[in-house]
Amino acid sequence: MSTRPEPAPEPAAAPSTPAAPSEPAASSAPAAPSTPAASSAAPAAKPGGEWLHYAVRNPKLLIGSFLVVVLLAIGLIGPVLLDNGNPNEYVGPQAAPPDGTYWMGTTTFGQDVYAQFVHGLRATFLVGVVGGAIAAVIAMLVGFLAGYRGGLVDEVLTMLTNVVLVIPALAVLLIINAYMGVRSVAVQGLFIGLTSWPWAARAIRAQTFSLRTREFVDLARLSGSGTWRIVFREIAPNMSSYLFMMFILLFGGAILIASSLDFIGLGPTEGVSLGLMLQSAQQWSALQLGMWWWFIPPGAGITAIVGALYVANVGLDEVFNPKLRES
Amino acid sequence: MLTLDRVTKTFRAGAFGGGSTTAVDRVSFSAAPGELVSLIGESGSGKSTIGRMVLGLTPVSSGSLTLDGERVRPGKDFYRRVQGVFQDPFSCYNPVFKADRVFALVRRAYHPGVGDTEWADRVERAVRDVRLDPGQVLGRYPHQLSGGQLQRLLIARALLLDPRFLVADEITSMLDASTRIDVLNLLAGLKDRGLGVLYITHDLSLGTYLAERTVVLRGGRVVERGDTQKVFGNPLHPYTRTLLAAVPRIGRPWTEAAPVDACAYHAGGAAGSGEDLHETEPDHFVACAHLPDCGRTRP
Repeated sequence: MSTRPEPAPEPAAAPSTPAAPSEPAASSAPAAPSTPAASSAAPAAKPGGEWLHYAVRNPKLLIGSFLVVVLLAIGLIGPVLLDNGNPNEYVGPQAAPPDGTYWMGTTTFGQDVYAQFVHGLRATFLVGVVGGAIAAVIAMLVGFLAGYRGGLVDEVLTMLTNVVLVIPALAVLLIINAYMGVRSVAVQGLFIGLTSWPWAARAIRAQTFSLRTREFVDLARLSGSGTWRIVFREIAPNMSSYLFMMFILLFGGAILIASSLDFIGLGPTEGVSLGLMLQSAQQWSALQLGMWWWFIPPGAGITAIVGALYVANVGLDEVFNPKLRES
Repeated sequence: MLTLDRVTKTFRAGAFGGGSTTAVDRVSFSAAPGELVSLIGESGSGKSTIGRMVLGLTPVSSGSLTLDGERVRPGKDFYRRVQGVFQDPFSCYNPVFKADRVFALVRRAYHPGVGDTEWADRVERAVRDVRLDPGQVLGRYPHQLSGGQLQRLLIARALLLDPRFLVADEITSMLDASTRIDVLNLLAGLKDRGLGVLYITHDLSLGTYLAERTVVLRGGRVVERGDTQKVFGNPLHPYTRTLLAAVPRIGRPWTEAAPVDACAYHAGGAAGSGEDLHETEPDHFVACAHLPDCGRTRP
């Protein structure tokens, strides 16, 4: 993907031009503070320190992660500040628009939308992190192993990947959810994670396959590096922004699948999630009744989380790929 | 002492390994310490594959490849003694890291006890040895350096390890003429101190400059090998003659070498004895003139 270094994707990244300081193609860097002077002061001893140097100067990364952190903070702190424990309680007037007491209005039944929203954010983050992390870990293990080892290992793992890939995940989730009756957010995330990894594994395998034949891998072997060291220190850094993007997609995907499950009535039986909020809003015709405050917060919440992660990822691409840095 | 005895490499091809390609076919030669053996051949002749097999990066299909009597066992200890420089410098650097990380890797694996200042001194010395200015090349990313600079950094890296055997695969392909001579003279100096070198090239003049012995490859097989003076002074195989005729000379238009019908291999009577090559004079071996298509070379 965009981490492949050969086809420089941006005009600013002129290949093998030693640091042309005044590239006119600075449109992609509206507020690039990394002037030549700043970047020449950059060389830190460790690559981690250097990445950090560029990370804290990247507006896209900062804006994206700031939004995510704010939403996460709302989800973590918001419920604590509310005194009533259950966000589904009928506390207020029915179908009231936002006001001073109920910041996001109330539902048809008098539930506090703000209370539901902050609790829902928490559940949504949980299902995203659990589902995304499990899927990402499986995808990386399978993808790196299959791509680097090749041969029989590759054949077996690719077959497994393809089998899981063609399983209709939503139908399986339906059956499992309905049959096992397990309805907690964490278990929902676990099942989503176990079914959503195949495409990511295939992509990682393909990338690893192409990277492992590069001569810097051979050179690392000539320098006495072992298999896992080569995978994680030579190959993985070349696709680090891709790996992060994969996690974001899996994270967002998990949230969306969870919302779909919630929407068809297979969500957590107790508690609330952004998907469940959307479901009840739809079920009770919030759109037709003009109760925008019921469906906009959960919809905007899901969009904001996933969108902010995307923006952060674009920034990360510039941090990890030295050719994309403007300087 | 590097010894190859009927080394063969067959690559499997196709979904179920149905097809196969023989890239290197029963190649035998040896290289002693302090000796530079040049491996000459066209693209696809299997010369780089031989280099990779010597380095243990590609497993040998059949035959024996030994270094000081031991089979090649890739690993940390092995690479302390045997090092390589690859032909494409652009592909040898991890593009997300700085170019001088290749030195850091060497230090981590082989010289962890060396202090920071001493290591910096050593790196600087090695970089100067390949006629580079340390201030210009250290701390840069690979895409900020030229092919020649990258290539010389790789040579400097191999020097830092002080190996006993070096596989040099087209190591001067990106260097200009004067630097090339510098690097070759550097190699000559190391050679005199006991370094064995396998010098892989397609360039005849570079091959003859330093090499005590020459191996000419075609289609994965040795067509002629032996003492450099003998091979190029008295080329017997038509392919070697063509190679020699193809060296451009100033003021003389290029002419194709006359095809040779006489086959020294068969004339020598070796065809029936099962030998691969016919020894026409001491340390001068030649294959059938019709290689690689000769069906009669194998009993």
